[in-house]
Amino acid sequence: MAGFDKVVSSYEEAMAGLTDNMTVIAGGFGLCGIPENLINEIKRKGTKGLTLVTNNCGVDDFGLGILLPDRQIKKIVASYVGENAEFERQMMAEELEVELTPQGTLAEKMRAGGAGIPAFYTATGVGTPVAEGKDERTFNGRDYILEESIVGDFAIVKAWKADRYGNLVFRKTARNFNPMAATAGKITVVEVEEIVEPGELDPDQIHTPGIYVNRLIQGTFEKRIEQRTVRKA
Amino acid sequence: MALSREQLAQRVAQELQDGYYVNLGIGIPTLVANYIPENMDVMLQSENGLLGMGPFPTDEEIDADLINAGKQTVTMATGASLFDSATSFAMIRGGHVDLTVLGAFEVDVNGNIASYMIPGKLIKGMGGAMDLVAGADNIIVTMTHASKHGVSKLLSNCTLPLTGKGCIKKVLTDLAFIEIKDGKFYLLERAPGVSVEEIIKLTEGELVVPENVPEMQF
Repeated sequence: MAGFDKVVSSYEEAMAGLTDNMTVIAGGFGLCGIPENLINEIKRKGTKGLTLVTNNCGVDDFGLGILLPDRQIKKIVASYVGENAEFERQMMAEELEVELTPQGTLAEKMRAGGAGIPAFYTATGVGTPVAEGKDERTFNGRDYILEESIVGDFAIVKAWKADRYGNLVFRKTARNFNPMAATAGKITVVEVEEIVEPGELDPDQIHTPGIYVNRLIQGTFEKRIEQRTVRKA
Repeated sequence: MALSREQLAQRVAQELQDGYYVNLGIGIPTLVANYIPENMDVMLQSENGLLGMGPFPTDEEIDADLINAGKQTVTMATGASLFDSATSFAMIRGGHVDLTVLGAFEVDVNGNIASYMIPGKLIKGMGGAMDLVAGADNIIVTMTHASKHGVSKLLSNCTLPLTGKGCIKKVLTDLAFIEIKDGKFYLLERAPGVSVEEIIKLTEGELVVPENVPEMQF
Protein backbone atom coordinates (compact mmCIF):
# COMPACT_ATOMS: atom_id res chain seq x y z
CA MET A 1 0.00 0.00 0.00
CA ALA A 2 2.94 2.30 0.49
CA GLY A 3 3.13 2.92 -3.25
CA PHE A 4 -0.18 4.75 -3.24
CA ASP A 5 0.08 6.30 0.21
CA LYS A 6 0.14 10.07 -0.44
CA VAL A 7 0.26 11.23 3.17
CA VAL A 8 3.13 13.48 4.17
CA SER A 9 3.99 14.35 7.75
CA SER A 10 4.57 18.11 7.65
CA TYR A 11 3.58 21.22 5.70
CA GLU A 12 7.26 21.73 4.93
CA GLU A 13 7.33 18.35 3.22
CA ALA A 14 4.01 19.09 1.51
CA MET A 15 5.40 22.17 -0.28
CA ALA A 16 8.97 20.88 -0.78
CA GLY A 17 10.33 21.73 -4.22
CA LEU A 18 8.38 24.96 -4.64
CA THR A 19 10.92 27.48 -5.88
CA ASP A 20 10.97 31.08 -7.12
CA ASN A 21 9.14 31.96 -10.35
CA MET A 22 6.93 28.86 -10.39
CA THR A 23 3.25 28.79 -11.36
CA VAL A 24 0.83 27.77 -8.60
CA ILE A 25 -2.83 26.93 -9.22
CA ALA A 26 -5.01 27.34 -6.14
CA GLY A 27 -8.55 26.14 -5.38
CA GLY A 28 -11.09 28.26 -3.51
CA PHE A 29 -13.81 30.84 -4.10
CA GLY A 30 -13.43 33.94 -1.97
CA LEU A 31 -12.27 32.49 1.36
CA CYS A 32 -14.40 29.35 0.91
CA GLY A 33 -12.52 26.12 0.35
CA ILE A 34 -9.04 27.67 0.29
CA PRO A 35 -5.92 25.69 1.24
CA GLU A 36 -5.24 27.92 4.25
CA ASN A 37 -2.25 26.10 5.68
CA LEU A 38 -0.53 25.46 2.35
CA ILE A 39 -0.74 29.22 1.70
CA ASN A 40 0.74 29.86 5.15
CA GLU A 41 3.60 27.51 4.27
CA ILE A 42 4.32 29.42 1.04
CA LYS A 43 4.50 32.60 3.12
CA ARG A 44 6.83 30.93 5.62
CA LYS A 45 9.10 29.65 2.83
CA GLY A 46 9.29 33.15 1.36
CA THR A 47 9.11 31.88 -2.24
CA LYS A 48 9.09 34.83 -4.65
CA GLY A 49 8.16 35.68 -8.23
CA LEU A 50 5.15 33.35 -8.19
CA THR A 51 2.46 33.29 -10.85
CA LEU A 52 -0.82 32.47 -9.11
CA VAL A 53 -3.83 31.08 -10.91
CA THR A 54 -6.86 31.45 -8.67
CA ASN A 55 -10.40 32.84 -8.78
CA ASN A 56 -9.64 35.45 -6.08
CA CYS A 57 -6.69 36.66 -4.02
CA GLY A 58 -7.99 36.45 -0.47
CA VAL A 59 -8.24 39.46 1.84
CA ASP A 60 -5.46 41.57 3.35
CA ASP A 61 -4.73 39.26 6.28
CA PHE A 62 -6.10 35.88 5.17
CA GLY A 63 -5.80 33.53 2.24
CA LEU A 64 -3.58 34.37 -0.72
CA GLY A 65 -3.61 38.05 0.36
CA ILE A 66 -0.94 37.24 2.95
CA LEU A 67 1.57 36.65 0.12
CA LEU A 68 1.28 40.29 -0.99
CA PRO A 69 3.17 42.27 1.70
CA ASP A 70 6.47 40.42 1.02
CA ARG A 71 5.90 40.79 -2.74
CA GLN A 72 5.86 37.03 -3.31
CA ILE A 73 3.42 37.27 -6.22
CA LYS A 74 4.68 38.46 -9.61
CA LYS A 75 1.56 37.76 -11.61
CA ILE A 76 -1.99 36.70 -10.91
CA VAL A 77 -4.57 35.16 -13.21
CA ALA A 78 -7.98 35.65 -11.57
CA SER A 79 -11.60 36.59 -12.28
CA TYR A 80 -12.28 38.93 -9.35
CA VAL A 81 -9.80 40.66 -7.09
CA GLY A 82 -11.84 43.35 -5.36
CA GLU A 83 -11.59 42.51 -1.66
CA ASN A 84 -8.05 43.51 -0.93
CA ALA A 85 -6.51 46.99 -0.38
CA GLU A 86 -2.85 45.95 -0.72
CA PHE A 87 -3.69 44.11 -3.93
CA GLU A 88 -5.25 47.23 -5.40
CA ARG A 89 -2.23 49.31 -4.40
CA GLN A 90 0.26 46.90 -6.02
CA MET A 91 -1.88 46.61 -9.15
CA MET A 92 -2.24 50.38 -9.56
CA ALA A 93 1.50 50.85 -8.95
CA GLU A 94 2.13 48.16 -11.59
CA GLU A 95 4.15 46.13 -9.10
CA LEU A 96 1.82 43.22 -9.76
CA GLU A 97 0.77 41.90 -13.14
CA VAL A 98 -2.93 41.03 -13.28
CA GLU A 99 -4.58 38.98 -16.01
CA LEU A 100 -8.32 39.28 -15.46
CA THR A 101 -9.98 36.14 -16.77
CA PRO A 102 -13.69 35.32 -16.92
CA GLN A 103 -14.62 32.87 -14.17
CA GLY A 104 -15.92 30.14 -16.47
CA THR A 105 -12.93 30.49 -18.76
CA LEU A 106 -10.62 30.22 -15.75
CA ALA A 107 -12.33 27.01 -14.59
CA GLU A 108 -12.14 25.59 -18.12
CA LYS A 109 -8.46 26.57 -18.49
CA MET A 110 -7.69 24.48 -15.41
CA ARG A 111 -9.97 21.61 -16.48
CA ALA A 112 -8.49 21.52 -19.98
CA GLY A 113 -4.93 21.83 -18.64
CA GLY A 114 -5.47 18.80 -16.45
CA ALA A 115 -7.14 16.88 -19.27
CA GLY A 116 -4.33 17.36 -21.80
CA ILE A 117 -6.25 19.81 -23.98
CA PRO A 118 -3.98 22.76 -24.89
CA ALA A 119 -6.68 25.26 -25.87
CA PHE A 120 -10.42 25.61 -26.49
CA TYR A 121 -12.85 27.97 -28.18
CA THR A 122 -15.39 29.90 -26.14
CA ALA A 123 -17.88 32.68 -26.85
CA THR A 124 -17.11 34.23 -23.48
CA GLY A 125 -15.24 37.51 -23.92
CA VAL A 126 -15.80 37.98 -27.67
CA GLY A 127 -15.73 41.71 -28.46
CA THR A 128 -14.31 42.59 -25.03
CA PRO A 129 -10.80 43.41 -23.76
CA VAL A 130 -10.40 39.68 -22.99
CA ALA A 131 -10.38 38.88 -26.73
CA GLU A 132 -7.41 41.13 -27.52
CA GLY A 133 -4.61 39.25 -29.25
CA LYS A 134 -6.51 35.95 -29.33
CA ASP A 135 -7.43 33.90 -32.38
CA GLU A 136 -11.06 34.24 -33.39
CA ARG A 137 -13.12 31.74 -35.34
CA THR A 138 -16.73 31.36 -36.40
CA PHE A 139 -18.65 28.14 -35.81
CA ASN A 140 -22.28 27.85 -36.99
CA GLY A 141 -22.49 31.60 -37.44
CA ARG A 142 -21.24 32.51 -33.98
CA ASP A 143 -17.86 34.02 -33.05
CA TYR A 144 -15.54 32.34 -30.55
CA ILE A 145 -12.08 33.11 -29.16
CA LEU A 146 -9.29 30.63 -28.57
CA GLU A 147 -8.26 30.35 -24.92
CA GLU A 148 -5.15 28.43 -23.85
CA SER A 149 -5.31 26.01 -20.97
CA ILE A 150 -3.15 26.23 -17.84
CA VAL A 151 -0.92 23.73 -16.09
CA GLY A 152 0.79 24.63 -12.81
CA ASP A 153 4.14 23.57 -11.40
CA PHE A 154 2.12 23.11 -8.21
CA ALA A 155 -1.59 22.93 -7.47
CA ILE A 156 -2.75 23.59 -3.92
CA VAL A 157 -6.13 22.16 -3.01
CA LYS A 158 -8.47 21.98 -0.01
CA ALA A 159 -10.82 19.00 0.27
CA TRP A 160 -13.03 17.81 3.11
CA LYS A 161 -12.06 14.16 3.39
CA ALA A 162 -9.54 11.88 1.76
CA ASP A 163 -8.31 8.34 2.07
CA ARG A 164 -4.57 7.70 2.22
CA TYR A 165 -4.53 7.02 -1.55
CA GLY A 166 -5.58 10.61 -2.17
CA ASN A 167 -9.17 9.93 -3.21
CA LEU A 168 -10.98 13.17 -2.36
CA VAL A 169 -14.43 14.26 -1.22
CA PHE A 170 -15.33 17.94 -1.12
CA ARG A 171 -18.01 19.58 0.99
CA LYS A 172 -20.78 21.91 -0.27
CA THR A 173 -19.62 25.05 -2.10
CA ALA A 174 -16.07 24.60 -0.76
CA ARG A 175 -15.65 22.36 -3.83
CA ASN A 176 -15.61 25.24 -6.40
CA PHE A 177 -12.27 25.34 -8.29
CA ASN A 178 -10.59 22.64 -6.20
CA PRO A 179 -11.33 19.57 -8.38
CA MET A 180 -10.04 21.31 -11.53
CA ALA A 181 -6.98 22.67 -9.70
CA ALA A 182 -6.24 19.14 -8.48
CA THR A 183 -5.97 17.85 -12.06
CA ALA A 184 -3.82 20.72 -13.34
CA GLY A 185 -0.73 20.59 -11.10
CA LYS A 186 2.49 18.83 -12.04
CA ILE A 187 2.65 18.37 -8.28
CA THR A 188 -0.77 18.46 -6.62
CA VAL A 189 -0.79 19.01 -2.88
CA VAL A 190 -4.05 18.53 -0.99
CA GLU A 191 -4.94 19.39 2.59
CA VAL A 192 -8.03 17.92 4.21
CA GLU A 193 -9.95 17.91 7.46
CA GLU A 194 -9.88 14.14 7.83
CA ILE A 195 -7.86 11.26 6.39
CA VAL A 196 -9.35 7.77 6.48
CA GLU A 197 -8.08 4.35 5.38
CA PRO A 198 -8.52 3.17 1.77
CA GLY A 199 -11.87 1.41 1.43
CA GLU A 200 -13.63 3.66 3.92
CA LEU A 201 -14.86 6.11 1.25
CA ASP A 202 -17.65 4.91 -1.03
CA PRO A 203 -16.01 4.73 -4.50
CA ASP A 204 -19.25 6.05 -6.03
CA GLN A 205 -19.02 9.20 -3.92
CA ILE A 206 -15.40 10.18 -4.65
CA HIS A 207 -15.19 13.55 -6.41
CA THR A 208 -11.49 13.45 -7.34
CA PRO A 209 -9.67 10.13 -7.86
CA GLY A 210 -6.30 9.79 -6.13
CA ILE A 211 -4.39 9.53 -9.42
CA TYR A 212 -4.32 13.36 -9.51
CA VAL A 213 -2.94 13.73 -6.00
CA ASN A 214 0.78 13.64 -5.16
CA ARG A 215 0.84 14.75 -1.54
CA LEU A 216 -1.79 14.75 1.17
CA ILE A 217 -1.86 16.28 4.64
CA GLN A 218 -4.43 16.64 7.39
CA GLY A 219 -4.81 20.13 8.87
CA THR A 220 -6.99 22.30 11.05
CA PHE A 221 -8.81 25.20 9.45
CA GLU A 222 -10.09 28.60 10.52
CA LYS A 223 -12.65 28.73 7.67
CA ARG A 224 -13.14 32.46 7.88
CA ILE A 225 -16.47 33.81 6.58
CA GLU A 226 -16.29 36.83 4.27
CA GLN A 227 -19.95 37.94 4.37
CA ARG A 228 -21.86 36.67 7.38
CA THR A 229 -25.51 37.06 6.33
CA VAL A 230 -28.29 35.69 8.52
CA ARG A 231 -32.05 35.74 8.91
CA LYS A 232 -34.03 35.68 12.16
CA ALA A 233 -34.84 32.17 13.36
CA MET B 1 -41.68 58.26 -9.66
CA ALA B 2 -38.57 56.27 -10.42
CA LEU B 3 -38.78 52.66 -9.25
CA SER B 4 -37.20 51.73 -5.94
CA ARG B 5 -34.73 48.83 -5.75
CA GLU B 6 -37.55 46.66 -4.42
CA GLN B 7 -39.88 47.63 -7.27
CA LEU B 8 -37.18 46.81 -9.82
CA ALA B 9 -36.89 43.38 -8.24
CA GLN B 10 -40.69 42.98 -8.23
CA ARG B 11 -40.97 43.87 -11.90
CA VAL B 12 -38.23 41.39 -12.84
CA ALA B 13 -40.03 38.72 -10.80
CA GLN B 14 -43.05 39.13 -13.10
CA GLU B 15 -40.87 37.67 -15.88
CA LEU B 16 -40.28 34.41 -13.96
CA GLN B 17 -42.00 31.21 -15.05
CA ASP B 18 -42.74 28.01 -13.20
CA GLY B 19 -39.81 25.60 -13.56
CA TYR B 20 -37.23 28.25 -14.44
CA TYR B 21 -33.56 27.88 -13.50
CA VAL B 22 -32.38 31.42 -12.77
CA ASN B 23 -29.03 33.08 -12.11
CA LEU B 24 -29.27 36.33 -10.16
CA GLY B 25 -26.33 38.74 -10.12
CA ILE B 26 -25.11 40.70 -7.11
CA GLY B 27 -27.13 43.74 -5.94
CA ILE B 28 -30.67 44.43 -7.15
CA PRO B 29 -30.93 41.09 -9.00
CA THR B 30 -30.39 39.27 -5.69
CA LEU B 31 -33.56 40.94 -4.34
CA VAL B 32 -35.65 39.19 -7.02
CA ALA B 33 -35.48 36.07 -4.84
CA ASN B 34 -37.76 37.85 -2.35
CA TYR B 35 -40.57 38.20 -4.93
CA ILE B 36 -40.85 34.71 -6.42
CA PRO B 37 -44.62 34.07 -6.61
CA GLU B 38 -45.74 31.51 -4.04
CA ASN B 39 -47.40 29.20 -6.55
CA MET B 40 -44.23 28.99 -8.62
CA ASP B 41 -41.17 26.74 -8.41
CA VAL B 42 -37.98 28.55 -9.38
CA MET B 43 -34.48 27.23 -8.76
CA LEU B 44 -31.66 29.72 -8.21
CA GLN B 45 -28.21 28.95 -9.64
CA SER B 46 -25.19 30.33 -7.83
CA GLU B 47 -22.16 30.12 -10.08
CA ASN B 48 -19.76 29.09 -7.33
CA GLY B 49 -21.38 25.67 -7.45
CA LEU B 50 -24.94 25.49 -6.12
CA LEU B 51 -28.25 24.93 -7.89
CA GLY B 52 -31.16 25.42 -5.52
CA MET B 53 -30.06 28.29 -3.32
CA GLY B 54 -32.19 28.85 -0.20
CA PRO B 55 -32.57 31.88 2.08
CA PHE B 56 -29.88 33.22 4.40
CA PRO B 57 -29.19 30.87 7.33
CA THR B 58 -30.19 31.46 10.93
CA ASP B 59 -27.29 31.97 13.34
CA GLU B 60 -27.39 28.25 14.15
CA GLU B 61 -27.41 27.18 10.51
CA ILE B 62 -24.36 29.19 9.38
CA ASP B 63 -21.87 27.02 7.48
CA ALA B 64 -18.57 28.47 6.21
CA ASP B 65 -18.60 25.86 3.42
CA LEU B 66 -21.92 27.10 2.01
CA ILE B 67 -21.87 30.51 0.35
CA ASN B 68 -23.29 32.18 -2.75
CA ALA B 69 -21.45 33.95 -5.57
CA GLY B 70 -21.54 37.18 -3.51
CA LYS B 71 -19.65 35.27 -0.78
CA GLN B 72 -22.66 35.54 1.54
CA THR B 73 -23.62 32.63 3.77
CA VAL B 74 -26.72 30.88 2.39
CA THR B 75 -28.73 27.67 2.74
CA MET B 76 -29.84 25.04 0.25
CA ALA B 77 -33.41 24.62 -0.96
CA THR B 78 -35.03 21.20 -1.08
CA GLY B 79 -33.75 19.39 -4.17
CA ALA B 80 -30.52 21.40 -4.35
CA SER B 81 -27.36 20.06 -5.98
CA LEU B 82 -23.68 20.93 -5.59
CA PHE B 83 -20.93 20.87 -8.22
CA ASP B 84 -17.57 22.29 -9.20
CA SER B 85 -16.90 25.56 -11.06
CA ALA B 86 -16.31 23.92 -14.46
CA THR B 87 -19.67 22.15 -14.24
CA SER B 88 -21.32 25.36 -13.10
CA PHE B 89 -20.08 27.29 -16.11
CA ALA B 90 -20.94 24.39 -18.42
CA MET B 91 -24.54 25.03 -17.32
CA ILE B 92 -24.15 28.75 -17.94
CA ARG B 93 -22.13 28.69 -21.16
CA GLY B 94 -24.12 25.76 -22.49
CA GLY B 95 -27.33 27.78 -22.34
CA HIS B 96 -29.06 25.62 -19.72
CA VAL B 97 -30.04 28.53 -17.45
CA ASP B 98 -33.49 29.91 -18.35
CA LEU B 99 -33.06 33.48 -17.10
CA THR B 100 -30.08 35.59 -16.08
CA VAL B 101 -30.52 38.91 -14.26
CA LEU B 102 -27.56 41.21 -13.80
CA GLY B 103 -26.60 44.85 -13.35
CA ALA B 104 -24.68 47.14 -15.71
CA PHE B 105 -22.99 50.56 -16.00
CA GLU B 106 -24.05 51.01 -19.64
CA VAL B 107 -25.95 49.26 -22.43
CA ASP B 108 -26.27 50.33 -26.04
CA VAL B 109 -28.64 49.96 -29.01
CA ASN B 110 -26.60 47.04 -30.38
CA GLY B 111 -27.11 44.99 -27.24
CA ASN B 112 -23.60 45.61 -25.94
CA ILE B 113 -23.12 45.71 -22.17
CA ALA B 114 -20.42 47.31 -20.00
CA SER B 115 -20.58 46.22 -16.39
CA TYR B 116 -17.21 45.28 -14.97
CA MET B 117 -14.59 47.97 -15.33
CA ILE B 118 -14.12 51.73 -15.11
CA PRO B 119 -10.52 52.28 -16.26
CA GLY B 120 -8.42 54.02 -13.62
CA LYS B 121 -11.21 53.77 -11.04
CA LEU B 122 -12.70 50.33 -10.66
CA ILE B 123 -10.70 47.30 -11.78
CA LYS B 124 -12.00 44.43 -9.71
CA GLY B 125 -12.69 41.97 -12.48
CA MET B 126 -15.59 40.44 -14.35
CA GLY B 127 -16.14 37.41 -12.13
CA GLY B 128 -18.71 35.28 -13.97
CA ALA B 129 -20.45 38.13 -15.80
CA MET B 130 -18.79 37.59 -19.21
CA ASP B 131 -19.70 33.91 -19.20
CA LEU B 132 -23.25 34.70 -18.11
CA VAL B 133 -23.93 37.23 -20.86
CA ALA B 134 -22.25 35.04 -23.49
CA GLY B 135 -24.13 31.90 -22.49
CA ALA B 136 -27.67 33.06 -21.76
CA ASP B 137 -30.32 33.76 -24.34
CA ASN B 138 -32.76 35.30 -21.89
CA ILE B 139 -31.07 38.13 -19.97
CA ILE B 140 -32.60 41.05 -18.11
CA VAL B 141 -30.27 43.91 -17.22
CA THR B 142 -31.33 45.99 -14.22
CA MET B 143 -29.81 49.45 -13.86
CA THR B 144 -30.53 53.09 -13.27
CA HIS B 145 -31.53 54.87 -16.46
CA ALA B 146 -29.13 57.78 -15.96
CA SER B 147 -26.41 58.88 -13.55
CA LYS B 148 -27.36 61.16 -10.70
CA HIS B 149 -26.06 64.01 -12.85
CA GLY B 150 -28.59 63.08 -15.55
CA VAL B 151 -26.13 61.40 -17.93
CA SER B 152 -27.82 58.60 -19.87
CA LYS B 153 -26.62 55.02 -19.46
CA LEU B 154 -28.66 53.83 -22.47
CA LEU B 155 -26.34 54.77 -25.27
CA SER B 156 -25.78 54.56 -29.02
CA ASN B 157 -22.33 53.15 -28.18
CA CYS B 158 -21.01 51.96 -24.83
CA THR B 159 -18.02 54.04 -23.68
CA LEU B 160 -16.61 51.62 -21.07
CA PRO B 161 -14.85 48.28 -21.75
CA LEU B 162 -17.47 45.72 -22.78
CA THR B 163 -18.57 42.71 -20.77
CA GLY B 164 -20.35 41.27 -23.81
CA LYS B 165 -21.14 42.15 -27.38
CA GLY B 166 -24.61 42.04 -28.92
CA CYS B 167 -26.08 39.90 -26.15
CA ILE B 168 -28.63 42.09 -24.34
CA LYS B 169 -32.29 42.18 -25.42
CA LYS B 170 -34.11 43.44 -22.32
CA VAL B 171 -33.29 46.27 -19.94
CA LEU B 172 -35.27 47.28 -16.87
CA THR B 173 -34.31 50.68 -15.52
CA ASP B 174 -35.80 52.70 -12.69
CA LEU B 175 -37.78 54.57 -15.38
CA ALA B 176 -38.62 52.11 -18.12
CA PHE B 177 -38.75 48.56 -19.44
CA ILE B 178 -36.97 48.49 -22.78
CA GLU B 179 -36.39 45.95 -25.52
CA ILE B 180 -33.32 46.08 -27.79
CA LYS B 181 -33.67 44.94 -31.41
CA ASP B 182 -32.48 45.96 -34.89
CA GLY B 183 -30.04 48.50 -33.43
CA LYS B 184 -32.68 50.47 -31.51
CA PHE B 185 -34.22 50.73 -28.07
CA TYR B 186 -38.00 50.07 -27.96
CA LEU B 187 -39.95 51.50 -25.06
CA LEU B 188 -42.27 48.77 -23.70
CA GLU B 189 -43.39 50.14 -20.33
CA ARG B 190 -42.80 53.16 -18.16
CA ALA B 191 -42.53 53.37 -14.36
CA PRO B 192 -45.73 54.61 -12.67
CA GLY B 193 -45.92 58.40 -12.91
CA VAL B 194 -42.89 58.73 -15.21
CA SER B 195 -43.60 60.55 -18.47
CA VAL B 196 -42.51 59.39 -21.90
CA GLU B 197 -40.82 62.79 -22.37
CA GLU B 198 -38.63 62.21 -19.31
CA ILE B 199 -37.55 58.80 -20.64
CA ILE B 200 -36.79 60.25 -24.09
CA LYS B 201 -34.72 63.01 -22.48
CA LEU B 202 -32.61 60.53 -20.50
CA THR B 203 -32.09 58.02 -23.34
CA GLU B 204 -29.10 58.88 -25.51
CA GLY B 205 -29.42 55.94 -27.96
CA GLU B 206 -32.21 55.87 -30.57
CA LEU B 207 -35.50 55.14 -28.82
CA VAL B 208 -38.65 53.96 -30.59
CA VAL B 209 -41.76 55.08 -28.71
CA PRO B 210 -45.12 53.54 -29.58
CA GLU B 211 -48.27 55.67 -29.44
CA ASN B 212 -49.35 54.11 -26.21
CA VAL B 213 -46.78 53.23 -23.50
CA PRO B 214 -48.43 51.40 -20.59
CA GLU B 215 -47.40 51.95 -16.98
CA MET B 216 -45.84 49.02 -15.14
CA GLN B 217 -48.31 47.15 -12.98
CA PHE B 218 -47.42 46.00 -9.47
